[in-house]
Amino acid sequence: MSDLLKLSELAIGQTATIRELPKTGVAFIRLREMGLLAGTPIKLVRIAPLGDPIEIKVRGYSLTLRKSEAAGILVEPQPAN
Amino acid sequence: MATLPSHIAPSAAPGPTGARQPVYALVGNPNCGKSTLFNALTGLKQKVGNYPGVTVERKVGVTYTQHGHPLTLIDLPGTYSLAARSPDEAVTRDVLLGRRADTAMPDRIICIVDATNLERNLYLVHQILDLGRPVILVLNMMDLARAAGLDIRVARLEKDLGIPVIPCEAARGVGVIELKLAMSRPDLPLSRHAWAVPPAIAAAVSELQASLQDNDNKPPLIARAEALLLLTDQDTVRVAGSKPLSTRTQAILDHWQQRWETDGTDWAGMLVNARYDAIGELTAHIIRTGGQPAGPSVSDRIDGVATHPVLGWIVLGTIMGAMFLSIFTLAGIPMGWIESLVAWISDQVSALLPPGELHNLIIEGGIAGVEGVIIFLPQILILFFFIGLLESTGYMARAAFIMDRLMSKVGLNGRSFIPLLGSYACAIPGIMAARTIEQPKDRLVTILVAPFMSCSARLPVYLLLIAALMPTDTVPIGAKIGLMLLMYALGTLGAFGFAWLFKKTLLRGAPPLMIMELPPYRLPRLRDVLMQMVERGGLFVKRAGTIIFALSIVLWFLANYPKVPEDRPDTDPLAYSFAGRAGHLIEPTIAPLGFDWRIGIGLVQSFAAREVFNSSMGVIFAVQESGDEEVDTRSLRDALRAAERPDGTPLFTPLICLNLMVFYVFAMQCISTLAVVKRETNTWKWPLFQLGYMTGFAWLVCLVVYQVGRALGF
Repeated sequence: MSDLLKLSELAIGQTATIRELPKTGVAFIRLREMGLLAGTPIKLVRIAPLGDPIEIKVRGYSLTLRKSEAAGILVEPQPAN
Repeated sequence: MATLPSHIAPSAAPGPTGARQPVYALVGNPNCGKSTLFNALTGLKQKVGNYPGVTVERKVGVTYTQHGHPLTLIDLPGTYSLAARSPDEAVTRDVLLGRRADTAMPDRIICIVDATNLERNLYLVHQILDLGRPVILVLNMMDLARAAGLDIRVARLEKDLGIPVIPCEAARGVGVIELKLAMSRPDLPLSRHAWAVPPAIAAAVSELQASLQDNDNKPPLIARAEALLLLTDQDTVRVAGSKPLSTRTQAILDHWQQRWETDGTDWAGMLVNARYDAIGELTAHIIRTGGQPAGPSVSDRIDGVATHPVLGWIVLGTIMGAMFLSIFTLAGIPMGWIESLVAWISDQVSALLPPGELHNLIIEGGIAGVEGVIIFLPQILILFFFIGLLESTGYMARAAFIMDRLMSKVGLNGRSFIPLLGSYACAIPGIMAARTIEQPKDRLVTILVAPFMSCSARLPVYLLLIAALMPTDTVPIGAKIGLMLLMYALGTLGAFGFAWLFKKTLLRGAPPLMIMELPPYRLPRLRDVLMQMVERGGLFVKRAGTIIFALSIVLWFLANYPKVPEDRPDTDPLAYSFAGRAGHLIEPTIAPLGFDWRIGIGLVQSFAAREVFNSSMGVIFAVQESGDEEVDTRSLRDALRAAERPDGTPLFTPLICLNLMVFYVFAMQCISTLAVVKRETNTWKWPLFQLGYMTGFAWLVCLVVYQVGRALGF
């Protein structure tokens, strides 16, 4: 099992699986409700032209969130093949 | 109840004694095609208003059963969850839970979901099934789901959920008849909706449910649904019109949360997980992905350009440029028509009424007041058309995505970008567009600073003053353009500066979130865009029109009364009027800025609309109107340059012209904007605050400019 990364540290195009989300905070409850749960696969699609926010693909749709929130989410990157 | 054929039964609403038709609510995630379906069901039979006390749009429509009976349909604001995070979402939650006094709990619920994105959409459906009321599930965008290689087994889903499931393509009207048939059913089955509440929190749910039944008078199923919601919602977003929890229930909730916090139970997370687990079991049987490889979609390819680090800016600039070009060129045409029409009506009335006070009141007060309301409409409608277009294609979310970083520097998020940008045309639609901002404080800050953006009504004032400041023949055109751009830049800086200040002080809040879906690009539905444009335009006329009209008459009265006495024929009527006296009255306050009472009259009259400054200067300096705008501007410019102070020095020195422009950049001088802010914030407090802080700031800046300018010898 590879090391956990912050979601904000993923490279563009990299896929990963969510492992941990903070328990509290309005943002993280809403992110869970939008389908970001431990075990959910995601992909970092792109970063906005000015470096923030980021766009991820999750459960078949595109979601943006700021790096400040993404830094709270730990993911396990999928080995590149 | 036996339903009579439509030609026998009266189609009017059933009387209070007869069995009434069920009231439906329409609910769904944002971007799932809910408005399109609502329009398809109700056509033009819609009533748009506001929920009392909150600026959330209330849309109610009428659709008909197969037997021609009218059915009421409430279109609730789109949300991802009943755990509300914004006033819009709170209204959806409160209506469904029967918490609002102004809207009865709907009898039946239509849930519309985006079939291409079933899992996330079903989360809201799952919460709604908790309510234990009849639900019809509409699977929208079935064509797109098929194109994406998703095979959805509708019959299986219907069997598993135990409720009617209607596949649909709302944009093409496919499935609407089937939906109406389902809505016409006198009996709708209840869902077999069983899911396991995680054991660690089950005790808390039962305890809260019992308390909600006993202390808040909730029916059992609603009490259970609300108990579950309280655990993810924490009831943080309350809006006017919704009833608060009883203290007992609140105490139980606090108790459990404290306990879980100490022992480290992730209660909200467990609940969300449990729902997604249940949804996962459901979808495992009903979605089969086809063999198509998931290559980059059309949206992905468009976004490769539209959000590209370099090309993205070019796209954004081009779209915004095209938008402004159309507003400035297209709006002028209908505005001309309105002016001619008003002139024609005035002539007709003049011919009918003998000259006199009544004649003047109707023509210069009443008709001009109506003109003051509708003259804004072309710009407002065009801007709303573009905003609707950007929203329905999905580009709006991309603009917010690109601009978010910049907006975050002043504590706002990307969603404030379009309202502020739109304010360059006119602050009114800009302020009305701020409704798309979720967080109430961010919305208020955006509204408060929007009028700093130089609107099109300031343009003629800038043009006149620049012309007075720089004679055409000696100054290169670049200097004029530069000065104009400087004014726009000053206003923009003012808006951002004050946004930053307000977010730091007065309206400090949690840092705004930017959790936003980027919906797939779609071809715009012209009908929906036009309907929304007409709705919003109508809302402006209905809700701000009366205030603007009334204030226009007041301004007319101030500029015309009292009349000059017969024995003083040399006195200028405007100077003698209340407005003229107001010019004298405010002279001591504006003298430190270098303005005299004649300029003061112009400032006072600008409240009707800023460009009135020009005509008011024309009256004061007795410029003959020729009917040719260019000639008029030139003669007005010459009149300004010839104007002198009592001591013979020129009044409109370059410094004064510059200072006046600066004043127009920052000061709040538009009653129409104030009327709209009043309507959008539901109180006079904010428009008055806006009037005070903006005008006060303008005064301060102008004081510094004039005094420093003088000290430097200008």
